[in-house]
Amino acid sequence: MTEYLIKNGFVFDPVLKLKGEKADVAIRDGKIVETTEVKKPKVIDASGMTVMAGGVEIHAHIAGPKVNSGRIFRPEDKLFNTVPVKKNMRAQGGFSIPTTYKTGYAYAQLGYTTAMEAAMPPLFARHVHEEMRDTPILDEGAYPVFGNNWFVLEYIKNREVENTAAYIAWLLRATKGYAVKSVNPGGTEAWGWGLNCLQVNDPVPYFDVTPDEITRGLIEANEYLGLPHSLHIHGNNLGNPGNYTTTLDTLKAASGQKAKNKFGRETILHHTHVQFHSYGGDKWANFESKAREIIDYINKHKNITADVGFVTLDETTTMTADGPFEYHLSQLNHLKWVNADVELETAAGVVPYVYSPDIFVCGVQWAIGLEIALLAKDPMRVFISTDHPNAGPFTRYPRILKWLMSAKAREEQIKAFKQSDKVVNSSEIAGIDRELDLYEVAAMTRAGPAKCLGLSHLYGSLKPGVDGDVAVYDFNPEKEHTPDQIEKAFSSVKYLFKRGEKIIDNHEIVSHGNKRTLWVDVKVNENLQVMRDIQEKFMKYYTVTLGNYEVHGRHFIPNPFALEVDATR
Amino acid sequence: MTKTVTDVICPFCGTLCDDIEVVLSDDGKKILEVVNACAIGAQKFHHAMAEDRPKKPRMKQPDGTYKEVSYDEAVEYTAQMLANAKKPLLYGWSSTSCEADSIGNEITELCGGCVDNTAAVCHGTTLIALQDVGVPSCTLGEVRNRADRIIYWGCNPAHAHPRHMSRYSIFPRGFFTGKGSQSRKVIVVDPRVTDTAKLADYHYQVEQGRDYELLQAFRTALKGEWLPDTVAGIPKEKIYEGAEVMKSGRFGIIFFGMGVTQSLSKNHNIDAAICLTKELNTYTKFTIMPMRGHYNVTGHGEVLGWQYGFPYSVDISRGYARYNPGDTSTIDLLLRGEVDAFFSIATDPGAHFPIDAVRRISELPSVAVDPFITPTTEVSKLHVPVAFVGIEVGGNAYRMDNVPIDCRKVIDPPEGVLTDEQFLERVLKRIRELKGVK
Ligand SMILES: [Zn+2]
Repeated sequence: MTEYLIKNGFVFDPVLKLKGEKADVAIRDGKIVETTEVKKPKVIDASGMTVMAGGVEIHAHIAGPKVNSGRIFRPEDKLFNTVPVKKNMRAQGGFSIPTTYKTGYAYAQLGYTTAMEAAMPPLFARHVHEEMRDTPILDEGAYPVFGNNWFVLEYIKNREVENTAAYIAWLLRATKGYAVKSVNPGGTEAWGWGLNCLQVNDPVPYFDVTPDEITRGLIEANEYLGLPHSLHIHGNNLGNPGNYTTTLDTLKAASGQKAKNKFGRETILHHTHVQFHSYGGDKWANFESKAREIIDYINKHKNITADVGFVTLDETTTMTADGPFEYHLSQLNHLKWVNADVELETAAGVVPYVYSPDIFVCGVQWAIGLEIALLAKDPMRVFISTDHPNAGPFTRYPRILKWLMSAKAREEQIKAFKQSDKVVNSSEIAGIDRELDLYEVAAMTRAGPAKCLGLSHLYGSLKPGVDGDVAVYDFNPEKEHTPDQIEKAFSSVKYLFKRGEKIIDNHEIVSHGNKRTLWVDVKVNENLQVMRDIQEKFMKYYTVTLGNYEVHGRHFIPNPFALEVDATR
Repeated sequence: MTKTVTDVICPFCGTLCDDIEVVLSDDGKKILEVVNACAIGAQKFHHAMAEDRPKKPRMKQPDGTYKEVSYDEAVEYTAQMLANAKKPLLYGWSSTSCEADSIGNEITELCGGCVDNTAAVCHGTTLIALQDVGVPSCTLGEVRNRADRIIYWGCNPAHAHPRHMSRYSIFPRGFFTGKGSQSRKVIVVDPRVTDTAKLADYHYQVEQGRDYELLQAFRTALKGEWLPDTVAGIPKEKIYEGAEVMKSGRFGIIFFGMGVTQSLSKNHNIDAAICLTKELNTYTKFTIMPMRGHYNVTGHGEVLGWQYGFPYSVDISRGYARYNPGDTSTIDLLLRGEVDAFFSIATDPGAHFPIDAVRRISELPSVAVDPFITPTTEVSKLHVPVAFVGIEVGGNAYRMDNVPIDCRKVIDPPEGVLTDEQFLERVLKRIRELKGVK
């Protein structure tokens, strides 16, 4: 394999504590190595440019049944943005729900090399894997959803940690999944009857267990197994005025618990898209930001991480396993609604949405996302996301960087809101003058998510030994930039390397790389009760046989990469 | 000693039963018995054993007879035909694997062609409707475990999807439906007294082509508003009663078929049915699902969806995907004489298309890929026999509720016969050579 030496760039790397110092980065055999270890490297002149590790996406909806429902039921999302076949590239289309090829190319162009699909319905795991297979360049993994799964509800109700853990291990293997995801715990099962659990102590109909018990039970099982990632939760009561108290209740489930794993992860609960969960007021008319309440709590509790879910002020497509929320949303905006309940496991909903800068609530949502990031004390624990495509498409990350890095850019946007005064009065964004630097950005987009995922041995830094994933941006941090210059520079990497292979050369995609599918292979003690329960539920309640449930074969996962965990005792 | 293969997936209809057992001869070469399948499904498996199956590609001669040719020649003819065409049309894809579908899409993209599946003649209208108003749906297991209101509208599963009612809807005992059919009320809407209608608690014998009116009348009745004395031949009392039956359930589902998708009003029928379902959700839980026909027509739509963003009738002749059914759909393209080569696979347009469209196919350079001789192969210039997907080779397929199930290989194909994937891979490779792309 070709050796590379990326010379003279301004390097930002929280792991190596490089804050824009000029340094060289060497790649050999797919890995980052000491610069002395390359013999005849191809030299990339990065002088005057910014060099970082490849970006790591911790939460996006980019592959699988609900994403594809979004694509299929929104032909209008392809208007004016299709790109014809080119050398080295397949045809592309879609804005908020891009085709798989476009997804791979677009992340690469932003300097990202790894991405996690945030919600995989286990019964649809094959679909998720087929789409990931057709998403070039990126290493990807997917989180199966557990928070409304009948096995989990029953084991947790009976306080059977070992059984919960054994079932998780079995399902991760069956679906080739990466982590334990929980969406609106209990509420989505209630949605099977058209109901919901809005508060953490609302009992789940029939199962008689509460969202709080589910969250605590899943954290416990996750640490019992010692999985690479923590429990990844989308809490109850998403999107409603006044929901910040529910969010605080959800976060309290982590109190007093410690991470146990061999992957260097120090946190035990990841709360995703907290922007959607930081709302005050008790109706839309007095809607207000409670970002400070939420981020203060996260700042103080070092065993919690979060991603933001920034609102980008676009027309987009919302999609989540929070079935009742999507129904509720369609009742509010009267746009078309897809629902897909999944037997014994979960549900999903999809609804288009317009975050209009003319609407007061949208302006406040925009402010809340930015407040969370700007008030965060530890950028290694608060990550950049748009909950793609829920709060906006990931392709807007450069615009988010602009807002985070430039108070002037925020000021311009606030001025542009139709109800500017109301937005300012219902949030504190106008009073925040902090501007993030690239060191903090590197933590929020690379080193932080990699560590939280238990993947810092592969991604997130430029330390010798990790994968040769490197992004070079045409951006000189020593110069002054207008807000729009920031956005432009981070919209298209000059060079990108994935596992040592050059993917982007002078802004052009030159290779599809050799993407891997990440999954977690857990060994547990033989558990006859769980195996019997699995057989029984498949016999009686599933409509596929147990023999046809597990995903295997190269047609789904051509290039698997398993993280092994030994949880036997 | 015979050998039994279990958990076999039936490659017939969108019900995609996956509990079939196939008993093989001791050398593993012959299918002796097929257990659990419906009569049509079992017939599919036995058909694979037919002695007179073609085992080599057959090229039509000027005198109308066929001459056997090698697969190499078949690959060359197909690749030349597609590579040289200005706008080839690649149709079918509904009874093969998603992996084959995916290669077909890449070929279409490379050749600047159009690609379409059988939705164009059955549930395409459903797809248009859900692009208008969405679709609240669920997996079939939700129906099995929760549903106490089952509606079959414009479909006759007793004949077209024979195990649908016993596996998923009317009869099974599920988690919250322990009493099976006793816990359910069944409504059938069909102008005919079908075998399905005979099982119903309520049969609405709607006037032919008046489904739209009846659907809207149910929406009106839900709100308790005024109706004329009869709508679509149904007395208003029965309509109010039906609306009450729907509302009073805990979990309901409407299954609908070609009786509403391809009758007068087409996608507007489905719009109305989906809106009825949505409105029922303000009273209780309600869902709706199309009864998809070919076992993997759903899968081809999904693959097109993630690769191009549209579920059928995709025109890639400009290098990017366009979608405009009525314009980019197969029959319309054929009738307007817009395509200059026709490739069909895993379906039988010769048997299902209007005669003028079939005549167009016969006039074009054409290739038909199918394990058997069909009306389509007989109007095509080249017939390429292939392995039977789901019996002689595995591959992924999507059930009518979008659940993906990986089909199994049960026996080997006849010696020397390629699979769809193998044939398409070779064609793709050759087209790349002809076009000079790597
Ligand atoms: Zn999400």
